[in-house]
Formats: sequence, structure tokens, C-alpha cells
Amino acid sequence: MVALSGALEIEPEKCTGCKQCELACSWIQTGTFQPSKSVIRVHVFDEQASFAPYACFQCDEAWCMKACPVHAIDVDESTGAKIVIDEVCVGCKLCVIACPFGTIFFDKSSDTATKCDLCAGDPACARACPTGAISVAEVDPGAWLVDFGKHVDSAYRRATEGDEISNSPEDAR
Amino acid sequence: MSELCGWVGTVLRVDLTRGTISKEPLNEQWAREYIGGRGVAARYFYDEVDPQVEALSPDNKLIFATGPLTGTNASCGARYMVVTKGPLTGAITTSNSGGKWAPELKFAGYDMIILEGESPRPVYLWIFDDAVELRPAEHLWGSGVFETEDALKRETGLPDCAVAAIGPAGENQVLFAAIVNEKYRAAGRSGVGAVMGAKKLKAIAVRGSGAVRVADPAAMMRAQWNMKKELSDAPLTSDGLPTYGTLALMNVINEHGALPVNNFQASQFDGAENISGEHLNETRLAANKACFACTIACGRVSRISDEGVGRYAVTTSARNWKHATEGPEYENAWSLGADCGIDDFDAILKSNLLCNDLGLDPITLGATIAAAMELFENGKLDESQTGMELRFGNGDALVALTEMTAYRRGFGNEIAEGSKRMTAKFGDPDLFMGVKGQEFPAYDPRAIQGMGLGYATSNRGACHLRAYTVSAEVVGNPDQMDPRATEGKAELAIAFQNTSTAVDATGLCLFLTFGTTLEGIRPILTAATGIELDERSMLQVGERIWNLERLWNNRAGLTAADDSLPKRMLREPIVAGPAKGEVNRLPEMLPEYYELRGWSPDGEPSADKLAELGID
Repeated sequence: MVALSGALEIEPEKCTGCKQCELACSWIQTGTFQPSKSVIRVHVFDEQASFAPYACFQCDEAWCMKACPVHAIDVDESTGAKIVIDEVCVGCKLCVIACPFGTIFFDKSSDTATKCDLCAGDPACARACPTGAISVAEVDPGAWLVDFGKHVDSAYRRATEGDEISNSPEDAR
Repeated sequence: MSELCGWVGTVLRVDLTRGTISKEPLNEQWAREYIGGRGVAARYFYDEVDPQVEALSPDNKLIFATGPLTGTNASCGARYMVVTKGPLTGAITTSNSGGKWAPELKFAGYDMIILEGESPRPVYLWIFDDAVELRPAEHLWGSGVFETEDALKRETGLPDCAVAAIGPAGENQVLFAAIVNEKYRAAGRSGVGAVMGAKKLKAIAVRGSGAVRVADPAAMMRAQWNMKKELSDAPLTSDGLPTYGTLALMNVINEHGALPVNNFQASQFDGAENISGEHLNETRLAANKACFACTIACGRVSRISDEGVGRYAVTTSARNWKHATEGPEYENAWSLGADCGIDDFDAILKSNLLCNDLGLDPITLGATIAAAMELFENGKLDESQTGMELRFGNGDALVALTEMTAYRRGFGNEIAEGSKRMTAKFGDPDLFMGVKGQEFPAYDPRAIQGMGLGYATSNRGACHLRAYTVSAEVVGNPDQMDPRATEGKAELAIAFQNTSTAVDATGLCLFLTFGTTLEGIRPILTAATGIELDERSMLQVGERIWNLERLWNNRAGLTAADDSLPKRMLREPIVAGPAKGEVNRLPEMLPEYYELRGWSPDGEPSADKLAELGID
């Protein structure tokens, strides 16, 4: 059985595109307002009248973790969030390349990777959101990553319930 | 670098004639005295531009200004103000827009851009943090706003940049051309787009990765938390605006008998229901859309019906109009709708969409077409001149004329001059419904007395955003006042003018005042800037800016005679409806207004008043 982990649950249909989440996220990290440092981003699909906030899904099988050569990405036991340990990170960007969702970022000013750490369980973005489009949920990644998630999940299951742990993307197909 | 917080401390100065760009520190003293946005920009403008200048000449300057709260997390801190001499009015104009352009400018590191001179060839201004360049824009000249924005995002390789652009209307110096950012947000009024067109500046594309620092980050978060809560508790900002947008007003104002119809010949519209917010929600609303940091989200994204898509075929670069478009706002549904006797929502949406793409102010456009319709029905204009049956209710004429006006084609070339010049040319100047050359917005000042005074004394010509006394006289916010009475209206108009001006200076949206007060805004401003201002001193900032604008206008040749209303408002009573028999009683209010303002009976700020406000 896959362990449930904490993640942001995002309901795009409630989002108005105001980017309060980006402002709050950057404030947590820098004490200033600087959306370019936010690790939650709102994508605006103008012609579809649709707004999609996206942040780390806290994948069960976290490719960023697997890609990291120095083990700078770890799991926060209290929330299940994958977190970057700044002191260990060498800024090689392999995690940024490995993430299939583009939700891990490279910060030039600190030369480290940055990603959503769920603010230790009380995410600032969720608090700032005026419409309740962002909340924290205990989730089974397979349940809401839809098809892709199911692939990842089944590969994970095969790997963990079987004898070997595979790093091959082929196994995820 | 500067110690300022809230402000980022740098002004960008662009000489378009020479093609040079320089950066200078923001004048800190002026920032303290005038806060920002409309205020600081007006102070620079007052200092640098001769009031006698021709609006469309290279000597006029065009200022884009943000406020200290722009780019912070303050609810609705998304605004910028365009300050210049308006070609429509000959007065100082201050045209405001939201979206995300202004925050991007702050994140790039600039509070303000001052544009001077006139480029010898079309250019656009490219800003990415420290890198600022004037780049050739010959290939964009002639394009609509939508195409320009898409092209700039492609060629700069930064799809997240924000673009403020003019369309063909600005290029052709239509006197009410707008500057449009993110395709649907506009600094709409007084012809700021024509000034940009005269300077041959097609667009300003900006992307910023920097930070806006605030003086007390923790206090800022607390203050914004309270503000968000206050707005979500107030009925207008938690329910009225998010549910129906500004279009919530259509049925309300119509029921009050204050909705101008057919160029202000009537004050109630049979078709109001068809162009109301309620009707939009039932038939065409796709989503709400918020400006940057806005926790209200009044923006409408709507769809033209399938039938309407087939019906209004015009050549345009607005490629996505079959799908979602933004708006209309109440003002535009009124000007393009009720004022022209049109209740066909598809025609209004299409015309509104074209206004965004071609870069036109829909209020002046609709009002000018309405005046032309009245001229046509009175026989002052005929089909040989207009090329069409220009009668009230003709939606096809509205859509066709929208495009013709932007390109100054056919009769559109007359509409492009605005209704003051157009009605004068065709022999009936009394049919111009406006003040100082700028057309009225969507409230009949005969039914709402305070609005008449607000229109007459507005520094940028008739405007609903300078003294929105509707709030008190109709909506009952903060206190209900009798819309038919003139008592107390001078004081009311001044209070609204000073308050609105102060809000405009902060970089916040005026709609905040539907859910909070200056006292509610004060903690946010203090946390951001570190400057303690009480409510009284915030109001005084508003008053200071108002007087400065007035002084500039007086020097530009505007006098008390320009603080007036058309004959129809003063002498022709409303014919039917709840406000039947009413005229606007401006003469009962104006002398008191001047007196309370501390101005002479000729409408000139007194030396004492200027000294009190620290204006030299």
C-alpha cells in the first residue's frame, strides 16, 4: 500500500488568477514580495478563461530525490513534503531537469534548488488564497495525478513490492 | 540605493527623440508629500510640463506611475496611472489601469517611467530588470493590441512579460485612444493612447524578477490578512462585485431612473435587463478574473453567443474573440448599449472587444456614436455623410463604426474627434454630453445631484472615478443621502474627490473603498512604507494632489466656466421615470464647493490654501 502524504490540493475552477499565493510564498522565503521566487505559480490560460496554480505534487516516487547526486532532497516526516536541504545542495540542477512537472526551481541568488515544502504543514499560499482554491490534503498521488500518476504509482508499487527498485523511466510507461 | 520601502526608488526616463534612457532616484520628498501613482506623477508633470503645450506635440510628456502598494500583497495593489495632457480635454489627465503590468514594472525595479519627446520611427520599450532598450516596432505598427502582445511575448522569448500597448486608434491619434495592457485592462480615458501614438511608442513590455521590500513585513501580512477579511465581509466586495462585476449596477441605476438612454434623452431603458449583469451571468459568463493581488475578482470573462459570432463579421486581429473575451464593464455596456439605444448584448460585446483590440475608450466611443445618432435622427446628418442608417438601436452600425473610428475611415474620422468637436462641426454643440471635452459616464446627473457637481469639477473632464457620490446617493455607502437634494453635496463631492485621489496615489484599486475606508487602508500603507499617516493626513494628500491638478489646469487656460454641465442637464427636465421633472441644480452647489475648497469664486485655489498644502 502506498503511504498517504501531505500535498497541496488545488481546485483550478476556484482560482481567479490573482497570484496572492505567489506573493505569500515569496514572502515566506524572502520577507519581500517577489513572485519570481515563488515555488507556486499560477498559469493563466486566457483563451480558455482558466487559471491553474501549480506547485510540487509531493510525488510518492520523487524523481527530484532520485536524481539528486548528493541526497540534498529529503522527506519532512511531519508533512510528507519533499524538502531541499540548502546546506547539502550543490546547485547542479539535476532535480530541475528530472521533475516532470516543472515544479522545482533553481534560485540564482543562493545557487540552490527551491521547491514547495508545505510550510511545515500550514502553507502560506493556502492562507492567502481569497477563494479557497488551495488547501492541504492527505492524498494518494495516484488518485489525482490521473493517468500519469497511475503510471508512476504502479511503477512504484512494482518496484517496492517486487525485489528491485528501478530508476528506469522505461518502467514508468 | 534608496532606503525607501514600498517604493523601489528608481524612475526611468526615456527620451524618445534621442533614443536615450536614464535612471534617476525617485524624489523622496515628493513621495512623502504625494504618496505615489497619480500624486507623484502629477508633481513631476507639474514641474516639467508647460501647461500651454500641445497635447500631441513632442513637448508633452507621458508618465506611467505606480504606487508604493503596487506589487505588494495588499488587496488590489495592481494599479498604475498614466499622467499626461489629454488631447480630448486639454486638461491634465490621470488614466488608471490594473492587471499585472504595474507589478511587473515594480519587480523590474522602477516606480515610474517618464517618456519625453517623439521617436522618429515606431519603437517599443523593452524592460527586463536592469536591461532597458528601445527597439524598432515598424513590424508591429498597424497591429491590434492582441497581436502586438502575442508578438512581443514571442520575440522577447519571455511569455510572462506584461505588455501595455496602443492599437491602430492610438497610432491614428484618435482623440480618445486608450493604452491597453494584458489585452483587456485599459488606461482608457482622455486620449492617453493618442499621446503614446504621437510619440510613436507602440508598446512597453516589461518583465521583473526583483522584489518589492516593505518596511515591516510581519505587520504587512497582518494588515493584509485583516484587509482580506474586511473585503470578504462587506456585501459589495464579497458578493455584489464578484457575482455580477460592475454590471451589477445596470438594473440598480435603471430602477433609480438614472440610466441615460439615447444620448441622455431618457433616463430609463426598456432593454436594461438584456444588458444587465444578471443576464450576462445566465447567458455568457465564462469565469471571474482578478487583477494582480486582487481578492475581489470583479473581472468578467464572457463569450459572444454562436449567433453573434456569425453576425458581426469585421476584419480584425482579435483572433480569440470567438472564445472568451473580457468585460463588458457597466460603463461600457451602458455607453455602447443604453446610450445608443442598443440592447443586443452580442453587438455590445463585439464592439467592446474591438475597443480593446483597436485601443479605444468605449465610454467616449459609445457616447460620441450616441450623439451622432441623435444628430442623424434630427436631420443634421444624413446617410450620404455617415454611410449608414445611423439610428438609435442599430447594433450593426455600432460595430462597424467602432472599427471605422480606430482607422479614421469614412464617418469614423468624425467620431474619432469625440462628441464635443463632432457635434460642433455638424451644427448642434448642445448635443455634446460631457464636461471639459470629455463625455459623461453612465449616471444621469439630473437624477443624482452630487454626480453633476462631481462631473463639473473633475480635473480630467466628466468622470465617474473622481467623485463617485453614487455610492452614498444610491447604494447607501457609507451613509444614504437623498440623490435629489443638493444640500451637503459640495461637502460630499469634496470628500469623495480627496479620498479617491488618495487611494489612486497608493497604487490600490478604487473598488477597495466599496469594502473598506482610508482608515482600513492606512495600516497597510504604514507597514509598507514605514511612514505613519493618519486618516486626516491621507485625506490631505488627496487634497494636495487635487489642488495641484487644478492649478495646472488653470494655467492651461481652464476656468470656472469649464466647471459646467450641458444645457440638457441644467434646463431640460427628465421626461419620465422616478426622477421625472428633475434637472441638475449645479448653481446651488458650485459656489459652496469653491468656498469649501478654499478657492476663489472664479475657481482658483487661494494662496492660503496652497500654503496650507505646501504647494509652491
